[in-house]
Amino acid sequence: MENAEAAAGRKLKSYLTGYGLALVLTAIPFGIAASGFLPRGTALFVIGTAALIQVLVHLRYFLQLRLRSASPERLLATAFAAVLIVIMIGGSLWIMFNLHYRMWV
Amino acid sequence: MSLAGEDTALLPEADAYEQRAFGFWLYLMSDAIIFALLFATYLVMAGNTAGGPAGSDLFSLPHTLGETLLLLTSSLTFGLASVAMDAGRRPQLLAWLAVTFVLGLGFVAMEIREFHGMIIQGAGPDRSGFLSAFFTLVGTHGLHVSAGLVFILVMITQVIAKELSQPVSSRLLRLGLFWHFLDIVWIGIFSAVYLPGIL
Repeated sequence: MENAEAAAGRKLKSYLTGYGLALVLTAIPFGIAASGFLPRGTALFVIGTAALIQVLVHLRYFLQLRLRSASPERLLATAFAAVLIVIMIGGSLWIMFNLHYRMWV
Repeated sequence: MSLAGEDTALLPEADAYEQRAFGFWLYLMSDAIIFALLFATYLVMAGNTAGGPAGSDLFSLPHTLGETLLLLTSSLTFGLASVAMDAGRRPQLLAWLAVTFVLGLGFVAMEIREFHGMIIQGAGPDRSGFLSAFFTLVGTHGLHVSAGLVFILVMITQVIAKELSQPVSSRLLRLGLFWHFLDIVWIGIFSAVYLPGIL
């Protein structure tokens, strides 16, 4: 019983920590978009970085995906999906913008 | 190849639930790949406004922030629901599920209002490549959230009718994975669609 209560406390703390971090990581990109004082390139870079960190925060604190204790199958499936996503988004953009460049410039 | 149902029936109960959670995880990863393709399509099409309105004419920062906070807070309240579930506190679990449902409903309502406003000002999905891609990506996410809302209602009914049996709590666990996953997709949407559009 003691153990179950400690586990519940840990889980509660995990959700609250995740929520706090997510709020900060949401406030930064929205603040940048609202103020507009950064040059566009830098602003996009900061927004992208904050998004990437926030995805990791959500995986760790909300989906409870931990490198040490999660099952290896689950980590492998997640890593494989991440690789596919990078190849498909990166590859599509590369091909399409390269095509655009060759056609119009 | 034997039937999956027979396979899991032979396993000890805990393993069977673990397998279902893993199967659901695989579904989420393939759903993530569908969203990735919609993101890639949107990013390629984002500049193709065909002389119509661009993101900066259509998107509102406070509206997007409101949607973001609703969905993020609903992720927290779902977390609180699952803590209540672990502790076996049924009334608390039901209350947090209900709060999550209301927050999710608020999100969908805001999205429908935004879509409606865009369509009546002539910026519907048929206006330009940019808007087709926008409605496909954001609409697919909205449909997922709506499906999640139905899923929450079903689980509220089950918790009331069936107590907190093992099958019910394993379903709640998978619903939680689904709900948190949708919040992750939303991070991508506000970072790749709304904020760059407003900048």
